[in-house]
Amino acid sequence: MDVNMSAEDTAFRDEVRAFLAENLTDEMREANHLNGGFFADYEISRRWFLALSQKGWVAPSWPAEYGGCAWTPMQKYIYSTEAAKAGTPHYFALGISMVGPVIMRYATEAQKAHYLPRILSGEDVWCQGYSEPGSGSDLASLQTRAVADGDDYVINGSKIWTSNAHRANHIFCLVRTKDTERRQEGISFLLFPMDCPGITVKPIINIVGEHGFNQVFFDDVRVPQSCRLGAENDGWTVAKYLLEFERGGSAHAATVAASLAQLRNVAAGDALEDPLFAQKIAGVAIKQLAAEFTEHRVIADITRQGRPGPASSFMKVMGSETNQAITELTVEALNYYAAPFQPEARKPGNNVKPIAPEVGVAAVAKYLFLRAASIYSGSNEIQRNIMAKQILGL
Amino acid sequence: MNFDFSEEQYLLRDQAKRFLADRSTPAVVRAVLEDEAKPYDEDLWRGMAELGWLGTAIPEEYGGAGMSGEDLCVIAEELGRSLAPTPFSSSVYMATEALLMAGSDQQKQDYLPALAMGERIGCMAVSEGIGVTDAASINTRANEGVIEGAKVPVADGDVADFAVVLAAQGNSGDTSLFLVELNDDSVRREAVEMVDPTRSHVEMTFEGTAAELLGEPGEGWSITQAVFDRAAILMAFEQVGGAQACLDMAVDYAKNRFAFGRAIGSYQAIKHKLADIYVATELARANAYYGAWALATDAPDLATAAAAARVAASEAYNLAARENIQTHGGMGFTWEFDCHLYYRRAKLLSLALGGERKWKDRLVSQLEARNSSGEE
Repeated sequence: MDVNMSAEDTAFRDEVRAFLAENLTDEMREANHLNGGFFADYEISRRWFLALSQKGWVAPSWPAEYGGCAWTPMQKYIYSTEAAKAGTPHYFALGISMVGPVIMRYATEAQKAHYLPRILSGEDVWCQGYSEPGSGSDLASLQTRAVADGDDYVINGSKIWTSNAHRANHIFCLVRTKDTERRQEGISFLLFPMDCPGITVKPIINIVGEHGFNQVFFDDVRVPQSCRLGAENDGWTVAKYLLEFERGGSAHAATVAASLAQLRNVAAGDALEDPLFAQKIAGVAIKQLAAEFTEHRVIADITRQGRPGPASSFMKVMGSETNQAITELTVEALNYYAAPFQPEARKPGNNVKPIAPEVGVAAVAKYLFLRAASIYSGSNEIQRNIMAKQILGL
Repeated sequence: MNFDFSEEQYLLRDQAKRFLADRSTPAVVRAVLEDEAKPYDEDLWRGMAELGWLGTAIPEEYGGAGMSGEDLCVIAEELGRSLAPTPFSSSVYMATEALLMAGSDQQKQDYLPALAMGERIGCMAVSEGIGVTDAASINTRANEGVIEGAKVPVADGDVADFAVVLAAQGNSGDTSLFLVELNDDSVRREAVEMVDPTRSHVEMTFEGTAAELLGEPGEGWSITQAVFDRAAILMAFEQVGGAQACLDMAVDYAKNRFAFGRAIGSYQAIKHKLADIYVATELARANAYYGAWALATDAPDLATAAAAARVAASEAYNLAARENIQTHGGMGFTWEFDCHLYYRRAKLLSLALGGERKWKDRLVSQLEARNSSGEE
């Protein structure tokens, strides 16, 4: 075993650090520090996206022929670790992480030439139309229907939890095109603009009191059938391909480490003096270390056998529960000063004096927001079902 | 960076798996459990010696295989999985490591070749009874080459030929380590039955026994800590192996036991329970790998890695052993089924080397030291 970096990796790390030092502005760091939710301030984090886009670093996993970085898992890991340490603001870019890879695999050359550069440049912002009011964990039960009419589909139904649908200009959408016994077999994958007549976006205010989610309604929305990716009724396969695309190199551990460091700052000189509290922090630290070394193991698995081993599958459960524990401990460390809820003190560039200590200004928002972590991207119950099925064979 | 075991280590793992599946069967473990006159399985022990396992980390000049701590980790995981009833941890993780760490060249020449061959067995005697064991709590005293006092419990003290003993010397709180030959009339050894009878323990009393200093005088406690740190990593691999064995058993049972017309493994109450064991075991495994790397490279954060590995592995094994019984229902509660063998071993391993509470405290202090030095 060797956890020392090669000379090439060290050189790459230095290049990343230099880029971060030069391009990550104070405003961007502040937006990260004040972020009490998933994505940092939209406009500021978008500026960081655009800086990466200009550098050609916005698509770590994409192949070079499509304008991606084609980084090795190790390089991706290094980049994400350095970015988390530096405090880059988390931006919204489902085009890069979700729909781009599917377009590369399933779209025509003309579609690729149209969409991919616009995703990289940030010109197109994509939102995701998967979940529906009646179809969350049981996604295959979705009911939004696309009916063929000449060369078009006519879409009726509704999507929910659609992050940034109010800002996106495109949506990728799973729709029902056939009623089949196996429900997965009647679903198609469509791409279309958000300004089609018949689309209505209604805000959903989250537990923090903020607008990130939406419900999207489709009333006789007409799109050309050529906007379909993959064969008709084969959309489930298209959606599943995404799961195989991202192969390691993520650095959740670095993000957890950053939150943990913040917790230690909050607790320093006070709660940390309490041995019981210190032990709770140690319990979280063990999980952070485990996440870090699991990421190393995943990279080693990919290097040895070309794919991540089963270890990667428990990261969602462990990562989300660890992050929740950190927000809970941060609030515990702050005591009464965690209670004031001051959204205005979390706006970048504000002049509001927070009642909480400066280090803990986003603590209560995070405490509220992190309930989402064990629910989104496959609830932890679903993740446990997946582990039981795919790894334990139950 | 390559955070993986080597090809050779994968081969070693396969060899260990096959050998132990053949030689450390449940019947072998049960023979030690049920026969009071049988402290360990001698055939198994000889087989391990023949494979060179006992001298894995001993340099070739002292008759060992000259391999690394990582190789020992690979073996330890399989020992844990198979519940191997032998004095391996006492002789290899403790006595051998103490000699490697603190022994003079002469002492290494005297002891290591026989340890590597399995001709002699060593153990380590630290604890003295109720309460926290630390430098100030040690009442066993050494004076002018002679030792007096009592140690309890001492793992494998009945079958060991010599012990590495922590004793007070000179001023209060000053401790040193000593090599003590046990086949002597001045040494009394009385069996102490433990929660896991497949591992033998004694109370050991010294009444004017000859003792030879091991390491610098006054350094006894710090060397003991260093030996425990290394042993904790190896023990963590045993615990991970044991937890994995429990998970495998529980999964197998859940697939084959039917209730209300369905395999019990098709119910989410069981699925999620087993997924939780999987998560805890993988978490412990990741921490143990961190430890393996620290062990092989003598990393500056070895103590942090050891404490993290130790706590995570203790939690995982205890959880897995407990929920394996629950998954087996009434059968899990019987003497006949093997669930209790793991439940016993899990508890014994998590109580040894100072127990979970001590390791959590150690992790806290290591993290604080690391944090205040500004390292990451």
